[in-house]
Amino acid sequence: MTSLFEEVPVSTDDNISTTRVEVNVNGERRAAQIEPRLLLAHLLRNGFKLTGTHTGCDTTNCGACTVLLDGEPVKSCTVFAVQANGHDVTTVEGLASSEQLHPVQEGFKDEHGLQCGFCTPGMMLSAVALLNENDDPTEDEVRWALSGNLCRCTGYQNIVKAVLWAGAKMRGDA
Amino acid sequence: MALDEVKIGGLGASRKRVEDNRFIRGKGNYVDDVVLPGMLYMEILRSPLAHAKINSIDTSAAYAIPGVRMVMTGEMMAARNLAWMPTLSYDTQAVLATDKVRFQGQEVCAVIADDPYIARDGVEAIVVDYEPLPPIVNPEQAKAPGAPLIRNDKVGQNNNVIFDWEVGDRASTDRAFAEADKVSEIAMHYPRSHPSPIEACGSIADYDRSTSKLTVYMTTQAPHIIRAAVSLVAEIPEHMIRIISPDLGGGFGNKVPVYPGYVMSILASILLEKPVKWIEDKTGNLISTGFGRDVYLKGQMALRNDGKILGVRMHTDSDHGAFFADAQPSKFKIGLMHSAFACYDVPTAHLTAQGVYTNKAPGGVAYRCSFRVTEAMYFQERMVQAAADDLGMDQAEFRRVNLVKDDDFPKRTPFGFLTDSGQYGKCLQIGLDAIGYDDFKKEQEEARKRGRLLGIGISTMTEPLGAGNSREYDILGIKMFDSAELRVHMTGKAILRTGAKTQGQGHETTWAQIVAHELGIPAEDIVVEEGDTDTAPFGMGTYASRSTPVAGAAVSMVSRKIRAKARKIAAHLLEVSDEDIEWELGRFYVRGAQDRGVTIQECAMAAYSNVPDGMEPGLENNAYYDPPNLTWPFACYIATVEVDPETGVWDVLRLVAVDDCGVRINPMIVEGQIMGGLTEAYAMANMQFITFDEDGNCVGSNYMDYLLPTAWETPGFELHEVVTPCPHHPIGAKGIGECATVGGPAAFVNAVMDALKHTGVRNIDMPLLPDRVYEAAQTGSDISGMPPVKTADD
Ligand code: FES
Ligand code: FES
Repeated sequence: MTSLFEEVPVSTDDNISTTRVEVNVNGERRAAQIEPRLLLAHLLRNGFKLTGTHTGCDTTNCGACTVLLDGEPVKSCTVFAVQANGHDVTTVEGLASSEQLHPVQEGFKDEHGLQCGFCTPGMMLSAVALLNENDDPTEDEVRWALSGNLCRCTGYQNIVKAVLWAGAKMRGDA
Repeated sequence: MALDEVKIGGLGASRKRVEDNRFIRGKGNYVDDVVLPGMLYMEILRSPLAHAKINSIDTSAAYAIPGVRMVMTGEMMAARNLAWMPTLSYDTQAVLATDKVRFQGQEVCAVIADDPYIARDGVEAIVVDYEPLPPIVNPEQAKAPGAPLIRNDKVGQNNNVIFDWEVGDRASTDRAFAEADKVSEIAMHYPRSHPSPIEACGSIADYDRSTSKLTVYMTTQAPHIIRAAVSLVAEIPEHMIRIISPDLGGGFGNKVPVYPGYVMSILASILLEKPVKWIEDKTGNLISTGFGRDVYLKGQMALRNDGKILGVRMHTDSDHGAFFADAQPSKFKIGLMHSAFACYDVPTAHLTAQGVYTNKAPGGVAYRCSFRVTEAMYFQERMVQAAADDLGMDQAEFRRVNLVKDDDFPKRTPFGFLTDSGQYGKCLQIGLDAIGYDDFKKEQEEARKRGRLLGIGISTMTEPLGAGNSREYDILGIKMFDSAELRVHMTGKAILRTGAKTQGQGHETTWAQIVAHELGIPAEDIVVEEGDTDTAPFGMGTYASRSTPVAGAAVSMVSRKIRAKARKIAAHLLEVSDEDIEWELGRFYVRGAQDRGVTIQECAMAAYSNVPDGMEPGLENNAYYDPPNLTWPFACYIATVEVDPETGVWDVLRLVAVDDCGVRINPMIVEGQIMGGLTEAYAMANMQFITFDEDGNCVGSNYMDYLLPTAWETPGFELHEVVTPCPHHPIGAKGIGECATVGGPAAFVNAVMDALKHTGVRNIDMPLLPDRVYEAAQTGSDISGMPPVKTADD
């Protein structure tokens, strides 16, 4: 079957039309033989079966595909998979450690920061990136940090509350 | 002891949502997450032109690409009698174009390949020879003498008019106008918009020849209607079709219709005998699927000098695009437009409506709306403000004079609906107090002296939600009721299924709360399932705020049936007669001996182990609910704004919302719905619309042009509540999901118009973009949003 990518053992050699990438995804080394035009979002979703990363537009506007690349939030629909070669990627699946949810995940549930849930993974990763830099943001700082992520359901007010809730928890105030 | 209802997650508990547990872990299961073995991928080639004859299609280069399995064309569909399909409004719609394309973005070919990228390569390789025809971009142009005929495929259609419809009393309305002290007039356009859930549409069709069964995973808000439609269109017996609507990334009405992509993926799977996945891109979603609104109004109000409304006249011209594919109850051609003025005491009214074809996408869906009530309430509230201004009367006072009073219910609306409950005056007063109406008016005056333009806008409305009773409401003849099925297991845990389909509204959480309220089974002991037609009982689906009014009522009713049986079991266990049994939440007891009782869980166990003689074992049932009337929530939204006359930019200072949706099942979720709705209202007033240029090119085909507000520009909202229980709903609830989208836009627009009142401007069509506001403020003239047409010198 013809396909753009195929997950291969870490030792496989490159061939002519495809190239090999190796990415550290959620702390696990993964490799794949891919066509260079493959987008990171599709490598994660279709190649590595991490379907928590969503795609919601064609124009880098919605942020549903947001992941952390070496800790920085990026829109994975606008990063080629080859650009992630040798880098660390965190997706929503990597936020919780075994049984313990990340405070941002807890905050989203506690403050009703999601409805359909489609924007939520990207929204949470943008929030994590903000809180890693600044765990005591103002409401305006939260709104600005999330302004690359669209939500059609919630009206954002509860998302902002969720992020402030998580910040408080991370600071140990909650 | 009776249980504490809030503790067990019953009515009124702001219970945390159970569906969140998977969503926050990235474990939701949306259609694009579903992977079937051997699955192929489909991509669609769309028309770049709004109106053009197709001379030829060359697919050879696409077939030459390794990995391309099949290219579907209109001709191929026509050979199987599938080039056209019926719409929800008794019209036809092209699946793949055969003769000509009728809007930009129309489906022309589909490529099926081993990989989505290869399918896209295939689409790029197809060559189509088009011969452009003159496009029609607005209703005036559609009706002009000599206009090109869009639907030349339809026998007997010799112009572009779809329908002429009227409702109300023309003669008595004419009399009211003849007796009026003053007639207030205003004209406006509610622009075309798109529901635009962040997740676009998609399907995976999986036809299994060995069992003759077709399974389709599909982004649909109404899986049972789809099953019936697929059965009719594809001529597959209904029991051989299984529609599964997995987690939906929002719907807002966009995921109600049947789209060509679904049909093509089904045919492709049948022909290739492999699962075929189609995931629409955002542009495809915005330019081809169900839009909302696009209605022009001419409104007139007959007034007495003391402010009393004597009569109302409305004429609407609606632009339906190339196919009349509105999703709405069959007999109402312009949806529930005639719900306008339901909250006011208006003695008589008359509405005429004309719908036309244009070279635009079809769809007219109820975008977070109960079938055109959004336009109705916007027109109503803009007319109300214009009337108050024309009389020189305060806009709050004008509403006080005309709102229906609490003791007037039940009350016929001017167009014949029956409203049954409400405290309209109280809601308005709470809103005025919360915003500090009188203080704001003073502040506004002071600011004006310093050259600052402040404005305040009010919107009050009741809307009909929860279609609907079987006497009046059907879609293609199917009555609009809903059902629920409840199975209580022997350990007292339960599974509930309904024919509705959640898209973020939280049914998995709230339906369990209704069961908890009726039976005292803790909500966490009840699992809720929807969306699979092989397991869920029949239902018309979730849209038009009908889930709580209809399916939610069915949940109550089925729980009561279970309780009735459990009561008999309790009597048997307690060795008394049925009449001696009393109920308190979660428990039956012997009248007069409250300590002698059995819990609902004990009854459940007995249903499988110790039933009375002659009783059928088990504790399961279902209920169909045919609502006696619509539910009538009321809302009052008040916005304050500041307009910068130098730039035309306006900022929201405050937004106060007072919602009366009756009894709230889960207050947290209700507030979430209101804030989401207010954001869409703000979007429509401020930035979000789809328009077209003279050539019929869609402007608003992606998120760079079709603007959705982000967290940065969305204002904060202040919410208040009033509770008037719905008199006919089993738990007193009313619809709420759409009130804010429906009533909200007029509050923002009225506020901006109030700020510009001194300039003489009466109307700016939405969205109130800075250039429109600037021009109006500078020139004092109204601004029309009607798409421009090509002139001779273009
Ligand atoms: S998918 Fe929308 S920004 Fe990446
Ligand atoms: S929760 Fe639905 S898009 Fe944000």
